[in-house]
Order: sequence, then structure tokens, then C-alpha cells
Amino acid sequence: METIRLIIVAVGGQGNLLASKILGEAALLAGVPVKMSEIHGMAQRGGVVESAIVFGPAHSNLIADGEADLLLGFEPSETLRALNKCNPGTTVITNLAPLPPFTVAIGKGTYPDLDRLQTVIRAKTRQLIAFDAATLAKAAGSILSLNVVLLGALVQTGLLPVTAQQVQQAIRSKTKPDFVDLNLNALDKGMAAARKV
Amino acid sequence: MHKLLQNDPGARILLLGNEAIARGALEAGVAFATTYPGTPSSEISLNLFQIARESDLYFEYSTNEKVALEVAAGAANAGLRTLCIMKHVGVNVAADPLMTLAYVGVRGGLVLISADDPNMFSSQNEQDNRYYAKMAGLPMLEPSSVQEAKEMIGQAFELSEQLGEPVLLRTTTRINHSSAFVDFGLLRKPVTKGHFQKDPLNYVTVPAVSRKLHVKLLENLAKAEAISEQSPLNRVTGQGRWGVVCNGVSYNYVRDAVADLELTDKVAILRIGMSNPLPAAKIKTFLAGCDKVLVAEEGEPFLEEAVKALAQEAGLTLPIKGKGEGLFSRLYEFDPALVRGVLAAYFEVPYTPPTRLDLSGVPEMPARPPNLCAGCSHRATYYAIKQAARGMDTIYPTDIGCYTLGFLPPLSMGDFVICMGSSVSSACGFSRATDQKVVAFIGDSTFFHSGITGLINAVHNNHNFTLVILDNGTTAMTGHQPHPGVDMDALQMQGYHHVSIEAVVRAVGVEHLTVIKPFKVQKSIEQIKSALSHKGVSVIISQEICTLYARSLKTLKARPFQVSDRCKNHRTCISELACPAFYLEGEKVRIDANVCVGCAVCAQICPENAIVPVKAKG
Repeated sequence: METIRLIIVAVGGQGNLLASKILGEAALLAGVPVKMSEIHGMAQRGGVVESAIVFGPAHSNLIADGEADLLLGFEPSETLRALNKCNPGTTVITNLAPLPPFTVAIGKGTYPDLDRLQTVIRAKTRQLIAFDAATLAKAAGSILSLNVVLLGALVQTGLLPVTAQQVQQAIRSKTKPDFVDLNLNALDKGMAAARKV
Repeated sequence: MHKLLQNDPGARILLLGNEAIARGALEAGVAFATTYPGTPSSEISLNLFQIARESDLYFEYSTNEKVALEVAAGAANAGLRTLCIMKHVGVNVAADPLMTLAYVGVRGGLVLISADDPNMFSSQNEQDNRYYAKMAGLPMLEPSSVQEAKEMIGQAFELSEQLGEPVLLRTTTRINHSSAFVDFGLLRKPVTKGHFQKDPLNYVTVPAVSRKLHVKLLENLAKAEAISEQSPLNRVTGQGRWGVVCNGVSYNYVRDAVADLELTDKVAILRIGMSNPLPAAKIKTFLAGCDKVLVAEEGEPFLEEAVKALAQEAGLTLPIKGKGEGLFSRLYEFDPALVRGVLAAYFEVPYTPPTRLDLSGVPEMPARPPNLCAGCSHRATYYAIKQAARGMDTIYPTDIGCYTLGFLPPLSMGDFVICMGSSVSSACGFSRATDQKVVAFIGDSTFFHSGITGLINAVHNNHNFTLVILDNGTTAMTGHQPHPGVDMDALQMQGYHHVSIEAVVRAVGVEHLTVIKPFKVQKSIEQIKSALSHKGVSVIISQEICTLYARSLKTLKARPFQVSDRCKNHRTCISELACPAFYLEGEKVRIDANVCVGCAVCAQICPENAIVPVKAKG
């Protein structure tokens, strides 16, 4: 099988690490080797969390610049910041609900215009799937299910070597029992959103 | 039950590298573990801390790495299998006991984990700790994967007991913070009670004893080299006239590069898993079968220099390269594309690097630097000190912890930091060498770690500065580990004594001591002014619990504030405090009630008194 390389970027607290874990469990169910690496040193202090997930036969668990097949961004400006990981063949999925960094509030930076952000990413990569995952997460029952909404969109691309059923099973075994239904609902919403885009 | 305590051999579980290492120690029958927390090692000890509460394992957070290794040396010489865990710079602190513990040796296995941090994701330097093994004359093992990290702990304990020497196990961040599926083995029941056999002529390192022990160490090193020659940890895979010597995670990148470049019938790889002592004969044989060799290692040219020296001994003149222009750098970490590119260039094979995106036209992105949390007491302390020291020509030596982030604008409180404890001692130097007002910052855990000796120095030598001890009741930066000043009752843990920072400061002879509550802004400023005007050593203890820690203890009662209509947009709050609870709605300052915890510092400094509590819902 081919190696598939996925980068997930998020702001600390958005549930990036749980999303990686669910994908890892789904890969185990699919019998696909998986390796992950994450940088989360200052996540709780408002920093960026980046996970690299490599499915398939490769031994490396890092993804070099330009070598991601998929980029999943939990926050639009962070998706844009991670564009150096992409190449013209990369599929990009992003949440469109911004979490502006504090530098914007103190006038030390300007938040990028969301339309321009999408135009730029669309022009430079294979495809962009962009939608407001925060609204869908709230509709599913909790903003905390944002990570699973975005996983739904990721699965819907069909580019991962795991099926929706395997991801659902991983959600049942790896998320808190009280939240399983909510998360399954969130997954469906993410899949439906990606179908529409 | 803790997930790492499941006695379920054959189970395949997704684990973080650090969890795999903790599991490996349990499968090896570890009885005793000590540490001082530090990224990227912290989750190893965090798991063992939890596990000790439901098993026979003895675990302690020691006051610093030197203490941790000395405690471990005692336990191991009473016969217990002992693990000692620290980050790479922690080994600097523990270097003193390490060098002579190598002479004395151990009876029960002792494994010292050095978690190195190439690229400095969360460290002040990227030193390569393989040199410690060489300097001490001790064996060192280096895993290339998460699964191997788990297995290597057991191998390291075996090796330690076989040689009667401590064994170093070196990881890098990309092992510690990687996840993969790991196959569980059998848990081994630890031997938890030891007995120390007196033998002063082998344990008391007076010169006459040490002269003899150094001979023994060299004999052990020779035995270790024979083991290294036979060890499958140092292994050749593939065959061909081109050779690559590598270690750690570089091995993964090399294997992928050889496959990607379709060189499997041309390249032989020597993976070094035991990097001290190196298998000299194995390396010479490998070199003799090659026309050209590349050494792929992150960090310093440790293997490269050794391999070149061995080639000289063997009379081999083949080209051997590693670090250099167009090849590998000593800086930062590797990645698969970098290694692929260097392999292709060195062996002169065609290669098209990945198509990089043309990033022109991408709108500028606002930076997202880490920031002190909303409701962080450090922000309040820094603000108050800045006001109290207004107009003074100041130097602010700082230290290592969350509060180091105070060096960023707009607080800009932090001028100098080199290592744990350096705030206090460097303040001695700055204050003696200048006429500037020196105010040093140190956290509570760092004060216990290595601030006390500096403070005693300051008192004895009559230096002139103010030390601010930022006491937030926990080791916050690394994930809220306890330290000697922590109230262990809050963690429902019995059998500990609490060491009062205030009592320590008084006991070492500090004459001017003030305890402040930093969320009381005006009162704090007045108290700080008095401390700053004292000639000699003055100490301010700023007491307020870490807000994240309070949240995890479920003692945080958030009472969020809001900006009322009285706001005239001075923006003193935003521009002086930079609290992440603030945001702008158009041109208006707002407070995110989900982020604000209600420290009320902004409300106290607002010139219009426009920041008021969110009214309780009726």
C-alpha cells in the first residue's frame, strides 16, 4: 500500500490529540500501520499543536515541508500557516470559525480575510474543503466535538486508508461513554458538510 | 486500573513514546524511580507517579536531578532495579554524581534516561548527551522507535546488572512525543526491599579507592565493548557498496530514503543502537565492505568522528562524511526530505525534491506566541513590579518555567536566563558589577531545585538585589508536578512533609522578606517599593495558585468580568496586561467570559473603573 501523510494543526484545547488517537485506533482496526508525532509543548499556554500522522509502510513519523497528502486545520489562520507542508496535490480541509490569536487584539497582527484565505489555498492546492465546523459542533451538542466534526470531513474525502465504520468504532471505544452519541452525530455532520462543499 | 498496569501480554495498545518507556520499566520489574520533571521526559514520570499510587513501585519527584540520581544510586546499591528520568539539561545537574557513580557502579540495575531535545521545542539548548556516556565511561542505548524504546528499557536493566554499572538510555523528542502501537509483554514483579552490603573499600571514593575503581571501570568498559560487538542493537541491514551509519530516529529517515530513492540493492545501513562503547570491529568490517560512507546523526558528529578514527586504525581510506556544507547540519532536527536529499547528493543519484508551494500572495498571518494564561498570577506580579520599579534602571534576571514567558512584550520582564537557578546567582554578579537595580525572578519549584544555594551565597556575600519567588503552588510548566512546597493533602496523598519557602528564606538569613498577594494590585505595589528600597538582599514571595492547577483541582471559582459602557478605550488593560481573555469587537475592548477567571487585575488598573463583574444570572 501507499504511504498517506496527514498533518493536523490546531490551537491548544481544540482536541487535536484526541482526533489523532481516534484515527490511530481506526487504523489499527483497518490493519494499517500508523505512526504519529506531535509537538504540544506550550499547548495549554495558547500555542499551536501540530500532529503528523503517517499511514502505511513508511518508517518515519515526521512529515517534511511539501510532503503532506492531507492537511486538516482546526483554525483557519493556522491552516494557512501550515501551507508550507502542502504541495499542489494536497487536499486541504479547514474549519472556517476563527480563533484570533492575542496578537490581533493588541494590534500586533491582522487576521487574514477568510475569503482571500480560501481563494489562496484553493488556487495552490488540489482541493479545499472549508466550512464552519464550530456551528456544526454546537448543533451536534457541544463545541468540544469540533475535532470529530472535522474528522468526519476528513473521512468523507476517501483519501484515508480507514472507513467511516472503523472511525465510528474507534469513537465508541476511545471517547467517553457519555459523549459517544454526540461524537457519532458530530462525525455525521462533518461527513455531510464535506459532501456538500 | 492504570492502562500501563494491565497484565495482558500480547495486547497491542496505542502509546505515547513516554508511556511505552514507563511500560517497559514495569515489564523490567522496576522497583524504584526518581526524577525531576522536564520536557520531553515528563510523561514518563507522570505515568509512574500515578502507577506508584496503585502498585508496589516507589516513585518520587526529587528536588533536582542531582538529588534524583543520588537517591537512585542509593536504591540501586541496595539492590533494587531503579529508573532515573530527566531531560538532557537535567543531566548537567546530575553530572557530578554520574561521573563517580560510574566508578562505584551499582548492584541492582540503574537506568538513567536522558531525554534530548534536538530543535529545542521546549529547552534552552540542544546539547547532545551522547558525550556524557563517553565522558563517564558508561554504556548508552538509543532507540529508533516507540516499540523499541519499550524493549530497550529491559535490555538496559539487564546490561546494567551484567556490568554492575548504570546504563544511559538516550531518547529524543521524536521518540518521547511520538505515538505508535506497542505490543505489551509480561509485567515482572519487582523486588521492592533491598539490603546494603558494607564494602567501604569499594564504595567510599577517597583517592586510593578511586584509583582502583577507575581500573575496574575501564575493565567494565572493555566488557561492554565486547557486548556492543555482539549486540543486535548494532546491526547491518541491506547490502551494497555504499554505506550509511546512523542512530535513533535518523535510522527511520534513512530507511525511507533508501526505499524512496530505489537504492535497496546499493546501500547497506549500520544502525547503532548502543552508542557507547561503539562496536569497533563491527564498524571496521562494515567500512571495509563499502566504497563510500555517510554518517546520518542529529546533533554533533559523535559517530562520524568515531567512524573516521576507526577507519584510520584499519588503514581504510574510503570517503566518510556526515556534517558539512551540502550535507548534514549540527543544528536542529532532521526530517525525511532532508535525509533523502543528502543521501541523493552524497551518492550522486538523480532526485527531484518535493514540489514546494509557491507561497507568494499568501496573506500575512498574525503570530500566535504562547502567552501567560488568563488569570495567571505571574502577569499580576510582573505588572506590580513594573509599576514599583518605574523610573529605575533595572536588570531582570529570570529563570525557567511558565514565568519565562513574561519576557515577551508588553510585560517585557526578563533580561537574562541560562539555566535552572541562574536568576539568583546571576543577580549576584549583575548587582555587584553594575549600579543598576537588579530584580530576579524564580518559580517555587525552581527555587527548591537550585535557587536556595544562590540565595545563601547572596546573603553571605552581602549582595544587593531583590529576589521575587513566584509561588504558584506547583511545577506548572511541565504539567503540575508536586515539589517540596506543595500541599500534598490537596492531591489526597499522605506521608509527606511540607517545606515552607518563607521559613527557608528566613532561615538562610534574609532580613527583608515580604509576602504579597499579587491580585491585590495597589497593596502589592506598595510592598514591592519597600522591598526594592532595601539595601542588601530582599525577598518577595508572591503567592497565588496557578489558575490551570486550580482548575484541575476543581477549586477554581471563575467569576468573569466584563467591559461596561464607562470604557473610554484607553486600552490600558490590553496594552499593559496582554491577558488572552481580551479581544476586540470592532474597536471595542471585550472580555471573553469563557476565558476570564476573575483575577480582577484589569478592573483595578482601568482608569475609568469600567471593568466590572458579569452580573450573576437571576
